[in-house]
Amino acid sequence: MSELKEIIISSDKIHTDQYLVNMGPQHPSTHGVLRLLVQLEGEIVHHIQPHVGYIHSGIEKMCEAISYPQIIHLTDRMDYLSAHMNNEAVALCVENALQVEVPDRVKYIRTIMDELSRLASHQLWWCVMGMDLGALTTFFYGLRDREHILDIFEETCGARLTVNYNVPGGLMFDIHPNFQKRVKDFLKEFKKKLPEYDQLLSDNVIFRERTNNIGYLSLEDAISWGVTGPSGRGSGFSCDVRKHEPYSAYPLVQFQEKLDTKGDSFTRYKLRIDEMWESIRIIEQLIDNIPEGDYAVKMKGVIKLPEGEFYQRVETARGEFGVYIISDGKKNPYRVKFRSPGFSNLFALNKMAAGHKIADLVAIMSTLDLVIPDIDR
Amino acid sequence: MGFNIYDFTEMTHNMHLWFLERMSPAMTTVVEWTIIGVCYLLFIALFGLFLVYAERKVCAAFQQRLGPTRVGYWGLLQTIADFLKLLMKELIMPKSADKFLYNLAPFIVMIATFMAIAVLPFGKGLQTMDFDIGIFYVTAVSSIGVIGILIAGWSSNNKYSLIGAMRSGAQILSYELSVSLSLVTMIIFAGTMQLSGIVEGQRDAWFLFKGHIPALIAFVIFLIAGTAETNRGPFDLAEAESELTAGFHTEYSGIKFAFFFLAEYINMFIVAAMATTVFLGGWMPLHFGSLESFNHVMDFIPPLVWFFIKVCGVIFLIMWFKWTFPRLRVDQILTLEWKYLLPINLINILLMCLVVLTKFHL
Amino acid sequence: MNAIFEYFGTIFKGVKTLLTGMKITGKYVFTPWKHVTQQYPENRETLKMFDRYRGEVIMPHNENNEHLCTGCGICELNCPNGSIEIISKMVVSEDGKKKRAIDQHIYHLGMCTFCNLCVKACPTGAIVMGQNFEHAVWDRSKLTKVLNQPGSKIAQGVKE
Repeated sequence: MSELKEIIISSDKIHTDQYLVNMGPQHPSTHGVLRLLVQLEGEIVHHIQPHVGYIHSGIEKMCEAISYPQIIHLTDRMDYLSAHMNNEAVALCVENALQVEVPDRVKYIRTIMDELSRLASHQLWWCVMGMDLGALTTFFYGLRDREHILDIFEETCGARLTVNYNVPGGLMFDIHPNFQKRVKDFLKEFKKKLPEYDQLLSDNVIFRERTNNIGYLSLEDAISWGVTGPSGRGSGFSCDVRKHEPYSAYPLVQFQEKLDTKGDSFTRYKLRIDEMWESIRIIEQLIDNIPEGDYAVKMKGVIKLPEGEFYQRVETARGEFGVYIISDGKKNPYRVKFRSPGFSNLFALNKMAAGHKIADLVAIMSTLDLVIPDIDR
Repeated sequence: MGFNIYDFTEMTHNMHLWFLERMSPAMTTVVEWTIIGVCYLLFIALFGLFLVYAERKVCAAFQQRLGPTRVGYWGLLQTIADFLKLLMKELIMPKSADKFLYNLAPFIVMIATFMAIAVLPFGKGLQTMDFDIGIFYVTAVSSIGVIGILIAGWSSNNKYSLIGAMRSGAQILSYELSVSLSLVTMIIFAGTMQLSGIVEGQRDAWFLFKGHIPALIAFVIFLIAGTAETNRGPFDLAEAESELTAGFHTEYSGIKFAFFFLAEYINMFIVAAMATTVFLGGWMPLHFGSLESFNHVMDFIPPLVWFFIKVCGVIFLIMWFKWTFPRLRVDQILTLEWKYLLPINLINILLMCLVVLTKFHL
Repeated sequence: MNAIFEYFGTIFKGVKTLLTGMKITGKYVFTPWKHVTQQYPENRETLKMFDRYRGEVIMPHNENNEHLCTGCGICELNCPNGSIEIISKMVVSEDGKKKRAIDQHIYHLGMCTFCNLCVKACPTGAIVMGQNFEHAVWDRSKLTKVLNQPGSKIAQGVKE
């Protein structure tokens, strides 16, 4: 009898084995070749160890062998969704090192292009977020609207994704004559479509349940893990480089740094949607006022940076992107280091997702908006 | 041997007599069984292929795409091509899988769907078995399928499969309750469990209209729970593509995968057919009380056509759910069942009892 | 009592948001002619790429089979991944001077990242970006192209 009692008592705490599951490198929700070593107990995630490097392409090392204008085209291939911002970071870094002042026209166009890329990037993030949560239709609605931005890029820059539009000292080409009209048409249409995003996904009760109070990241953790961008701002970390260290035309425009302190998945989601509205606002302020002038400063045929160390950071769609160049006075850098937002954001995943279910892990991962080449470089 | 598209009773009876004249009663039974079996096989294969094609087209329409357009006109041969591809694929089995169970699982799933389909009344007299406890039978056999899913997840020796199978087990066990209770609501209203009897009871008006609010609530609950029973989105936790790669059928390839795939679609058909039979009047035409000429026109459409129109309508609704909503989490799926659907269902049964007792529906 | 209201309130709110979502998708499913799919191989005739689209590097030739390339090699220097090789030769011009000219302007399409730096750097505008994007071939060696046509020579009046 006592034995039976013991069994009944001990059966309250059935000890189940924890087991390891490899999520990735081939897994539908890792958006590329990311591998997460997930320690599970039943459905509950205990620990996540991200393994990166599956598509490490050695871009930083390659940069040491090529000249500064050539570096820019490699940054397209890192965070391919914010190619413009990456380009701009290198271009700004070189310009600052050489103390070249670019014309206002360049600043305006760069800012518009930045915000268009941000919109495109957030659109893609939105569709993938929906898809990760099982709402497959969002994927096509997001891509449908993103197509218009890519068309604008294609017409002006000549490419849809790897645009390579910035060069040290300005831009590759002037904007296409149709550019302003196309952008305005797109904004007009997209302002009608963006509320649909809310109706389809943000307000949906299932979506709310899946994201509210899930994946909490405290302000302290966000700062200590270096989580930037909308993911960090969701925890109350005011880290918008556009506000704190304005570059290009950002000092001239009115916009808000969207901040929230709740720190859960839904906040991070909501901030990105809000950022889309802010991006629309910024573009609207600039698109009609692009000043006349040159689209580039005449630079020397071979650009050589003075000896020294140079750093420039910009705000990409994922967070703070930094370019650190050590120059020894030659036409190619001595060392280049890119501070990619995705890398820092990814490693806070364990902090956010531990204790939640596998399904939440996928949802939290999509709110971080990971782009794997950005992590691996 | 008269052929009447409005009433098959006479035709099947004559066929039976025709066989009896020519062979022994035992032989007749065997021949008739074979014919019926072949008919069902053909129906499942063809309708399954049609449903896969329809899903792809409907999903494409939801997503502002065109869907398959290359193979055949409008891509009509696409699913057949896919099926042939699956037939020719190599059957890969994990090295450490439980071989017997691994091979058995797809068949259990298929058998469960076959059994459930046997009692569905397609038209007047077009029903293989007319049990007195038809509804009871359907709910009983349709839950055998989950055993196949559990076995599949267990025997694949894959952690993702196992998680998927366990989720599916928890989910189907819970939602079986809601399906049964919402059907019980209608049984109380109809006063019979016989499927043909239920259809006959809807000659003047469908139960959905006749049963007032309780019937409507029961219908909504049945649709939700039925969707969950078939493991379709937003309840596709067992497959959960973005979480578990493919859930319980991750390790299955070729024709064994096709079995799971086909079974899912046929299950969707069964749910839609049950909803049609119990709530939407089965093969009965749409009638409005006083519109004589309208009712007369509706009578001209054969019952079989009516049945399939209704089934396709319900299937479209289920597809609409899938292509709109995000997937629920496993604890939310149980919350939905135990906290919302089940209490509402029980209250609904009480309401229905009141309606029946007070004869409010007539 | 409040709890009951809250219970039914959540249900109604939830169902309402679900129906809003279904309304959005329903709006599109019942207007299937508004699809956004491009039927690619069928629309080849009407598919026009933008002028600036970077599909491949080409060297335009005029009707006399003349191009603008002097063989200076600046494009080769500017190419970040070595997709361009210039093989030059010495030719004797009419007035008896020896002059460097292009023999073969070799372009490895398979290595090109379409960054536009060569086109931007070209002092004579001899190479431009073409809009053709259908580069699939059966043999990798076909991706190595010689941009100057056989027998072509430099156009008159192009200064180095």
